[in-house]
Amino acid sequence: MLAKRIIPCLDVKDGRVVKGINFLGLQDVGDAVELGRRYALEGADELVYLDISATLEGRKTFAELVARVGEAVNIPFTVGGGIRSLDDASRLLDAGADKITLNSAAIARPELIGEIAAKYGRQFVVVAIDAKTCPDGLWHATTHGGSRPSDKELFSWAKEAEERGAGEILFTSMDHDGTRNGYPCPVYAELSDSLGIPVIASGGAGSVADIAAVLTEGKADAALAASIFHYGQYTVAEVKRQLAEAGIPVRL
Amino acid sequence: MIAIIDYDMGNLRSLENALDRLGATYCVTADPDTIRKADKVILPGVGHAGLAMDNLVERGLPAVIRSLRQPVLGICVGMQVLCRDSEEAPGKPCLGVFDAHVRRFSPAPGCKVPHMGWNDLGNLEGKLFKDMKSGAYVYFVHSYYAGLCPDTVATCKYAGVMFSAALRYENFYGTQFHPEKSGSVGEKILQNFLAI
Repeated sequence: MLAKRIIPCLDVKDGRVVKGINFLGLQDVGDAVELGRRYALEGADELVYLDISATLEGRKTFAELVARVGEAVNIPFTVGGGIRSLDDASRLLDAGADKITLNSAAIARPELIGEIAAKYGRQFVVVAIDAKTCPDGLWHATTHGGSRPSDKELFSWAKEAEERGAGEILFTSMDHDGTRNGYPCPVYAELSDSLGIPVIASGGAGSVADIAAVLTEGKADAALAASIFHYGQYTVAEVKRQLAEAGIPVRL
Repeated sequence: MIAIIDYDMGNLRSLENALDRLGATYCVTADPDTIRKADKVILPGVGHAGLAMDNLVERGLPAVIRSLRQPVLGICVGMQVLCRDSEEAPGKPCLGVFDAHVRRFSPAPGCKVPHMGWNDLGNLEGKLFKDMKSGAYVYFVHSYYAGLCPDTVATCKYAGVMFSAALRYENFYGTQFHPEKSGSVGEKILQNFLAI
């Protein structure tokens, strides 16, 4: 049976994991690789590395990091942050990434999804949508870390992304991200039912029960989490064991 | 020396990294002589089966591959082109090593296409799965599958279909999943292939 995926997410700035610095005292620049390898050994199904560097120098460091992750890690990994062109995507593919995520750049120029999918296949393209409820009562995709609402409505934008060649949708509710109060499961379920491609849930997990809920009621295919792993609240193995006990198919 | 066949069908970096981790020596090549002389041959592939066949034909490789007598491993689309034909390439014969047709998954309730992620293997047979047990999880990304046939040496279920997760005919092996991305289980399978 196809397993539900648990995906730790690592935010990287200038080559260093910035959310993971409390994790077991790992503090060196090599930690992004070491942390990834540790998660893989614990049973992570995939990894996501997001580059939050603001500088060109930082981006260069990130590409080097991607190459080292590829050498060290034996599970699929996705990279994102600042990908604006086919060239950016090619550079990360050449470095060894299995998938890339597009966010603001896809909203600014949706054709980019199709350009990358046509060259490398739709399995390579994850479209990330950071959405929040707006005064008009609809969920709107935002850009710039959730600060700027766009005119893209969540459900129609996700469908458009699928039609343009996205292989997966990574949906973060900005209303829930960082709250640790759980995910908006009915929204996830509606999104998942409306699409023919997998949905990855992100942002809001405070407990394993929250993750279990979004994978069942929310019909998500995978859950992405950062802080519950980085700060040692749970190990990946512990989360998966508890999900298995709840009857959710996971790879143990 | 292992020859990884380079026919412009996707990124080879993951496979190279996996072989590096196992300490294997390899070259990436489309040269018929180099391929014929290699101890082992790997035919990777991500993308469109029809394009994969076109690229092999363009490089004069179909006859070379069929004539190989050393262990050969096709991965993903590399496995599919070793089958008889594919719905992805209508009217175009594939290499015909494995006696299987390749079909597209029909979307089923709750089952999205492509089949993407970790799924478990059953009915494991032969050297590729030496010392392994049914229920091991491996990583799949595909929309087309080879049906069950006499060459099937591992099975998997998705969207109401039981399909060939791996095939073997004489010295030819094929996996629909990606051993190079399948964690320690995938490493074991690659190691088993290298030990044949």
